[in-house]
Amino acid sequence: MASLDDLKKRIASVKSTQKITKAMKMVAAAKLRRAQESAEKGRPYSEKMNNVILNLSNGISDKENAPKLLSGTGQEKTHLCVVMTSDRGLCGGFNSNIIKKAKSYFAKILDEGKELKIITVGSKGNDQLKRVYGDKIIKNISFKESKNANYFDADKVGKMVIEKFEAGEFDVCTIFYNQFKNVITQIPQAQQIIPLNNEGEESSSEESYEFEPDEDEILSNLLPKNISTQIFKAMLENSASEQGSRMSAMDNATRNAGEMVDKLTIEYNRSRQAAITKELIEIISGAESL
Amino acid sequence: MSEEFKVEIVNPEKSFLVKDDVSEVVVPAFEGEMGILKDHISIISFLKPGIIKILSKSGDENYYVEDGIVEFKNNNLSILTSTIFNLADMDKSKQQDLLKQAEEEANKTDINDQSKYLADQKVEVLKTLN
Repeated sequence: MASLDDLKKRIASVKSTQKITKAMKMVAAAKLRRAQESAEKGRPYSEKMNNVILNLSNGISDKENAPKLLSGTGQEKTHLCVVMTSDRGLCGGFNSNIIKKAKSYFAKILDEGKELKIITVGSKGNDQLKRVYGDKIIKNISFKESKNANYFDADKVGKMVIEKFEAGEFDVCTIFYNQFKNVITQIPQAQQIIPLNNEGEESSSEESYEFEPDEDEILSNLLPKNISTQIFKAMLENSASEQGSRMSAMDNATRNAGEMVDKLTIEYNRSRQAAITKELIEIISGAESL
Repeated sequence: MSEEFKVEIVNPEKSFLVKDDVSEVVVPAFEGEMGILKDHISIISFLKPGIIKILSKSGDENYYVEDGIVEFKNNNLSILTSTIFNLADMDKSKQQDLLKQAEEEANKTDINDQSKYLADQKVEVLKTLN
């Protein structure tokens, strides 16, 4: 049995850990509110963008000559996966959930004998993936300096993806991120952005539009923007998810630390009492023997 | 019958502006300035760098945009843009900064014709503001 002194030390150390996790939970809660707000504010833009593109692609008469970003290159040989994770740890299953989802997708692609290229956004994902898929990772981007997700960063990623697409480096592009549902639930998502997959979605209106200049030109201007928008949306969802996940993880940790302190305190009290009893017995039996 | 319609400007971060008492909007469409009044035909177009003028009962407003898409449908005008500034809030130093950036971009030699054209447009518009 541990000595009284040891127990005391352990209680103190668990208590200070609890303080840290508690503080982290508070910080995460405050950040979560902000991140959630900006995720919600960012939704109209990507929704409207989607809508316009839907209307446009329905309006296109010549599907054969549609821009490649919409219709694809006609083959599915090389897949580019953009895996978006956080730069910081201590956020529960947030990163491992994305990685798990991504890894099962990678395995499927490699099984089919297709080529795989990976771009990681956020250093945690890179850390976890580079052991197994190190030779497939073509780039690692990290936005440690930017405090909040901003469109400028997303645009950089988007432009890079498009550049690589135009250089013929891949045929299909998929992004992986966590969709924020609520504080407890974040759903890892795999979303294909190139070629744009909007089959099954019906256009909201049958109304015909006038286009100026013509559809093709607008589309070829719009599609690259849409890529950045989708990436930005993923970044916003991701940052809300990260904070949510961290908050619930830290909440759990705080509770566990509390339970541990209780258990240790009981043990401490018991052994203190045992020591007193032992001393008493010694004194009494000493007096009796006289 | 009122001659007003609704305009909504959205940027990636948030819904930038919503107004429903607008009588006319002039947008710098890619093929020239375009004035939109109530009951305009449904249209989709995209923007080049320029000034959006919004005329309404509660006063006129001017915004500087660098790019974007406009969609007009059922008397709802949506403008999606990634860079927008209210001219009333924009001071001289901000303008100078933007102008400098645009000029640098326009002076690059390794860009294609379209980005060159857009950069030139930016410079032109920003110069007229000063």
